[in-house]
Amino acid sequence: MIERKDTIGTVLTAITAVAMIVSLYMVFLFAPREATMGDVQRIFYFHVPSAWLAFFAFFLVFVFSFLYLLRGGRRWDTLAAASAEIGVLFCTLVLVTGPIWAKPVWGVWWTWDARLTLTLVLWLIYVAYLMLRHYMADPERRATFAAVLGIIGFIDVPLVYFSIRWWRTQHPQPVMAGGDDSGLEPAMLATLLVCIGTFTLLYLTLLRYRLKLQALRDEVDTLQDRLEQAG
Amino acid sequence: MWRAITTILWKDLKIELQTKEAFGASFVFSLMVLVIFNFTLDLTSEEALKMGAGFLWISFAFGGVLALNRSFALERDENCVQGLQLMPVDRGGIYLGKCLANVIFMLVTEIILLPLFAVFFNVDITARPLYLLAVLFLGSVGFSSVGTLFSAIAVHTRMREVILPILLLPVTIPVLIAAVEATAFALGADTDPSFWFRLLIVYDVIFVTVSFLTFGYILQE
Repeated sequence: MIERKDTIGTVLTAITAVAMIVSLYMVFLFAPREATMGDVQRIFYFHVPSAWLAFFAFFLVFVFSFLYLLRGGRRWDTLAAASAEIGVLFCTLVLVTGPIWAKPVWGVWWTWDARLTLTLVLWLIYVAYLMLRHYMADPERRATFAAVLGIIGFIDVPLVYFSIRWWRTQHPQPVMAGGDDSGLEPAMLATLLVCIGTFTLLYLTLLRYRLKLQALRDEVDTLQDRLEQAG
Repeated sequence: MWRAITTILWKDLKIELQTKEAFGASFVFSLMVLVIFNFTLDLTSEEALKMGAGFLWISFAFGGVLALNRSFALERDENCVQGLQLMPVDRGGIYLGKCLANVIFMLVTEIILLPLFAVFFNVDITARPLYLLAVLFLGSVGFSSVGTLFSAIAVHTRMREVILPILLLPVTIPVLIAAVEATAFALGADTDPSFWFRLLIVYDVIFVTVSFLTFGYILQE
C-alpha cells in the first residue's frame, strides 16, 4: 500500500499556487508596459520560462537516463518518463506562445531561425521518445531503449543548434547577454526571474504528481494480479 | 574485436549479395523519390542545380531508412538476435560490423543513383568529385551510426519498422543540413564548405562512439 497522506506534495502544491499568484501580479501589474511592443510583450514572461522548463526537463531526462543505464532501478526510468512528458508539454507551450508573440511583433507566425527551429526539432525528438515508450510492452526493455534514446537525443541538441544557426540566423540577439544599453529593465528582469522560479516549482509539483500516479498504477496492477490469482 | 567486426560485416555482405533485398528496396525507393520530385516540382536544370543537393539527400535518407530497417529485421526474422547475443565477443564489435555493412549499402545505392540524378535533372556531378565522395561517405556514416542503433531498437517495438524514421530523422537533422550544404559545394556552388565538413566529422565521431558504447544495453536480454 502506498502512503495516502503526502505532506511534502501538499506543501509543494501550496507554494507553487502562491508563487503563481505572485507571478501573475508581477506580469500584469508590476512589470512596466514595453515601449514599442506594448502589452503583447507580456507573453514573454510565459514564453521564456516555458522554454527554460522544457530544456531543464529534457536535460533531466538525459541525467535520469544516464543514471538508469549506470545503476538500473525502476525509479530512474519513471523519473525520465515523467520528465519527458512535462518537457513535451512545455515545449508545446513554447511553440504556441512563440507564434502568438511573433505575429504582431515580427509580422509572421514563424521564421526558421536557430532557436525556433531547435525547439521544433526538440519537440519532434521527445515526441518520438514518448512514442517509443508507448509502443514497447516489456518494461525492462522499454526502460533501456528509452534511456539510450534519452541520451542520444540530448547529445544531439548542440549539434542541431549549431547546424541551424550556421544555416540561418535572423533572431534578435539575446537581450540580456548584450551590452549595457540592451539590458532588460530591472522590473522586467525581476518579473522574468520570478516567473522562471515559479515554472521550476511547477515542474517539481507536476513531477511529484506524475510519480504518485505511477505508484497508484503499479498498485492497481498488483491488486489486479492478486485478484486474478485468488479468482 | 576485429574478428567480430569482419565476421558480422562478411555475414551481412554475403546475405546481401545473395538476396539483394536491402539494396533493391532502398535503390528503387530512392529513385522513386527523385522521380516524384520531378513531377511535383517540374524544375528547369538551373533550379535543379540549386536544389539538387537537397533532393539527393532526401532521396538518400528515405532509401537509407529502408536499408537500415532491413539490418535488424533480418536478425529478428530467423531469431538470429539470440545468436548475436550469445556470441562471445564484445558487443561493440557487433555494432561496428553492422554499422559498416550499412554504410557500404548506403554508399553503393548513392553511387549508382548519382549518374541517374545527373541524367534526369541535367546536372553536372563532376564539378568536385573528391569532395562529393567525401560528403557521401561522411553523410552515410552519420546516418548509419545512429541508424544502426535505432534499427536494433525498432525491431523490438510493437510498431516494428514504422518507428525507425520517426526516431531517426529528427536526430539526423544536423547530418542532413551539413550533407546538403557540402553536396551543393561539391556540385559547384560557390560557398565555403569547411564548417559543414567539420560538422559532419564531429557528428560521425560523437555518434559512432555513443552508439558503440550503448549498443551493449540494446542487445542485452
